[in-house]
Amino acid sequence: MPPGFAPDDFWLLLPEILLATTAVVVLGADALLPRGRQGLAAWIALGGLGATAAALVPLAGTHATAAGGLMAVDAFAGFFKLLFLLAAALTILMSTRYLAVEGARPGTYYVLVLCATLGMLFMASALDLVTQVIGLETMAVSFYILAGFLKPNRRSNEAAVKYFLLGAFSLGLLLYGMSLLYGLTGTTMLRDIGTALAGLERSRWLGLAVILVVAGLGFKIAAVPFHMWAPDVYEGAPTPITAFLSVGSKAASFAMLLRLFFEALPAANADWGLLFYALAILTMTVGNLAALTQSNLKRLLAYSSIAHAGYVLIGVVAATSVPQVGIKAALVYLLVYAFMQIGAFGVVTMLRRHDVIGEELKDMSGLFTRNPLAGASMLLFMLSLGGIPPTAGFMGKFWLFSAAIDGGYYWLAVIGVLNSAVSLYYYLRVVVFMWFKPQATGSPVVLGPAMGVLLAVTVVGTLALGVYPRALFDLADVSARALGAAGIATMVR
Amino acid sequence: MNDLPLLTLILFTPLVGAVVLLLVPKRNEDAIRWIANLFALAGFLVSLPLWFAYDQAGPSYQFVERHAWIPSIGAEYHLGVDGFSALLILLTTLMGAIAVLSSWTAITERVKEYYVFLLLLQTGMLGAFVALDFLLFFLFWEVMLVPMYFLIGVWGSDRRLYSAIKFFLYTLVGSVVMLLGILALYFSYTDPATGRHTFDIVQWQQHGFDSNLQWWVFLAFFLGFAIKVPMFPFHTWLPDAHTDAPTAGSVILAAVLLKMGTYGFIRFSLPILPDATRAFVPMIAVLAIVGIVYGALVAMAQTDWKRLVAYSSVSHMAMVMLGMFALNPVGLKGSILQQINHGISTGALFLIVGIVYERRHTRQIKEYGGLSKVMPVYAAIFGVMMLSSIGLPALNGFIGEVLILQGVFVVPRWGMVWAAVAATGIILGAAYMLWLYQRTMFGKVENPKNEGLRDLNLREVATFAPLVVLAVWIGLYPTPFLNRLDTSVNRVVARVSPQSLERNADCDEQGAPASPFTQVPCGDAQGAAAPPGGAPYADSGGR
Repeated sequence: MPPGFAPDDFWLLLPEILLATTAVVVLGADALLPRGRQGLAAWIALGGLGATAAALVPLAGTHATAAGGLMAVDAFAGFFKLLFLLAAALTILMSTRYLAVEGARPGTYYVLVLCATLGMLFMASALDLVTQVIGLETMAVSFYILAGFLKPNRRSNEAAVKYFLLGAFSLGLLLYGMSLLYGLTGTTMLRDIGTALAGLERSRWLGLAVILVVAGLGFKIAAVPFHMWAPDVYEGAPTPITAFLSVGSKAASFAMLLRLFFEALPAANADWGLLFYALAILTMTVGNLAALTQSNLKRLLAYSSIAHAGYVLIGVVAATSVPQVGIKAALVYLLVYAFMQIGAFGVVTMLRRHDVIGEELKDMSGLFTRNPLAGASMLLFMLSLGGIPPTAGFMGKFWLFSAAIDGGYYWLAVIGVLNSAVSLYYYLRVVVFMWFKPQATGSPVVLGPAMGVLLAVTVVGTLALGVYPRALFDLADVSARALGAAGIATMVR
Repeated sequence: MNDLPLLTLILFTPLVGAVVLLLVPKRNEDAIRWIANLFALAGFLVSLPLWFAYDQAGPSYQFVERHAWIPSIGAEYHLGVDGFSALLILLTTLMGAIAVLSSWTAITERVKEYYVFLLLLQTGMLGAFVALDFLLFFLFWEVMLVPMYFLIGVWGSDRRLYSAIKFFLYTLVGSVVMLLGILALYFSYTDPATGRHTFDIVQWQQHGFDSNLQWWVFLAFFLGFAIKVPMFPFHTWLPDAHTDAPTAGSVILAAVLLKMGTYGFIRFSLPILPDATRAFVPMIAVLAIVGIVYGALVAMAQTDWKRLVAYSSVSHMAMVMLGMFALNPVGLKGSILQQINHGISTGALFLIVGIVYERRHTRQIKEYGGLSKVMPVYAAIFGVMMLSSIGLPALNGFIGEVLILQGVFVVPRWGMVWAAVAATGIILGAAYMLWLYQRTMFGKVENPKNEGLRDLNLREVATFAPLVVLAVWIGLYPTPFLNRLDTSVNRVVARVSPQSLERNADCDEQGAPASPFTQVPCGDAQGAAAPPGGAPYADSGGR
């Protein structure tokens, strides 16, 4: 296909176009709206996300490429795009009151959230190294600014600087690895790289490229030992941004990782499979052990989020021997994780009141008595994160571990389940504070309408996917197949 | 089969009760109590058809319900019961109702949440007993942990948080390892009808899994089930959990939750992993015998009344395990009957401690003495239950223990030795129980605080009445209970050790039983319709 823009591309890329337009509209609205009415920006952003999601619907079942083969429009991309839009919408719902309490002008906040989402959409679709990096950076730069959005807050500033520096560093690693890939194959198109490598002998340059790419993406998914930034950034960033970072950014990086490794590098899977195997074990174990001793809720959830990246890596590892099952498990888990993680952060956001920071574990004290709805929801999210049925978290973990067993990675599965048992200890600590300790001081914890919607969506999602995950499994199945169509065939020769 | 989805009804009655309770305002504590009691009682009543409508000559799994759940992975909403699970379900619904009734005055804080958790727990336990799909079973199995965690942690005593988390994590580690075992089996069996993997327990029970795989999976299952039973040396969570749990929690824990482990062994380990089961018999028998004696000795040394009962539980459950791993119809039947007996008598013993704890707020044995003077009715009931726990003839414990010892005795090679050591455990059991009774009930009332103790009121008598009736009934006429177990037991034995069925048939040919007790086991052989070497479970399944 000649490079350029075909007429069909307009329809195929309509979601991205709509989202970019919304970002511009929100930016304009911020400038034009009178001072008192700026809350409207949130609603415009939500509307734009809804329209984008609607534009995805007719693309269901499409399996095509757009923009001269730079972008894939398939079920795999669609699955992730829905996930990003959902996460973005929930983040916005979480932000409205939070920003008001923090005294921050919404202004460019929502624009940046939309830009980050746009970057994620590109990451899910990109079939070309450069396009992938552009998507990644669109997202990352938005997050650098968002992390430091609370200007008077020192921790927020620290988070932004730390995130920026380490992000830039990791991008360097990633680009170095990618340039080696280009040097080896003479192309930046993932599928062409895959074809070229299939005929190439194993070389140390390929090994180096793989290591560098794994390291660069390892930063983005916060895999141990590239996780150092995560707890500080998660703690310092505004809570809704932490939620979005830990769900959206992580899922987008996994989307990019899956594309890159399964479309471009299936030939080298023996090398990176082993790398991810080690990363998965380290990430799960270190994340969970570090979370055991945290007293700050956001840090606790940060370490838990690291551990969860480790669980998803189990799926990636399993996919080297059973591609369909492993990728499906990773997809299922990322979506399930979105519901429970955002829900948990939603409750943390509720604890932020004009007189209470509400980020310490002890601020949870007596939450169940203060606000039974929030307490019960948090209980559900904690159980789900810990993988106790009948929650979505159980089904997600169940599917990951079965992928590992199916792929023959028994020890990985054993370490995984033991880790999930360990994790219950700190999730239950949160529960202990909520249920067993006397009430903390401070003004009442109120559930606004926006937060009500957020909790309803996340609670229903967490429960429904746990009790009746049929639709999710089927959807993930189709999506995983879409990715498999191109790359996996070469892998299982 | 049946038009009425009876098992679904049994399963979800408590859950509906819990949801209804959520809608009742917190302050209406009496309304909450009434509603909880009504639903618990209703739960028992709807389960009664399992007694009356269960067909002893029918297929191995009855009241089967089967619906699609997650077809892409071969998991179904598949329910069904055999004689064994039917009895355990009846025990569960009965003990559930009793536990709810016993909490009327004992629980005064967070009443609503308490009953919600108690009813949720009930659904979790029932689900594990009715599930014929392994994923569904596991789901319910894990669901049980959460309400029990809260029951111990919120309404418990002393070191309740410690005990609650210990209970939770201990059991969780066992069950996640078990999950891996389930998955290993799942991926090594394909349903010939659909060409997919399946979680159908009935099919797994008929499939011959690779011996090497069986060995590993048996270990994984063993960890899950042995922690739950709990078998020595995995029992350390039990005394803490039992001691710190509120009375109703201890009752449910002892009467039903521990049976999850033994149920798991009989339902899964034995028929699905017969080769491995046979290989592990010596190990488990030795652990069980150590458990019997060790539990009894430790019980004797306790100064805390409730802890004493808890350790007696360790000893009794070890006896259940020993009978089970005799792998013959008599021993297995005794093992199952003893599970029911343990539920009745130990459940009652925990209720008995709860009565005085509620009045005096101490469980130290030395605080009591001479209670038979001030609380005669209480002392009488305690007496019956204590004797039932010891295994006095004419009460339920006796039948179970005799069957177990008889089954163990005929095990080739080591059987006699095992039976002999196990019998000493019974003697020790009599010692600590009688000694406990003597210290608390007899003598003078020396502690002035005990002088004004109130005897049982009508509600409290009502909680004990069904248990006393059952203890006497099973003690005098256990046949209806044992007959129900014929099909299930014979099928399990035909899978795991067919030659012991043949031995039993020999006994039948002789006609006259050698001793009054062989009558029961000899009668078994008539129920052994399934020929050894044939396809046990072949008639079952809803397809």
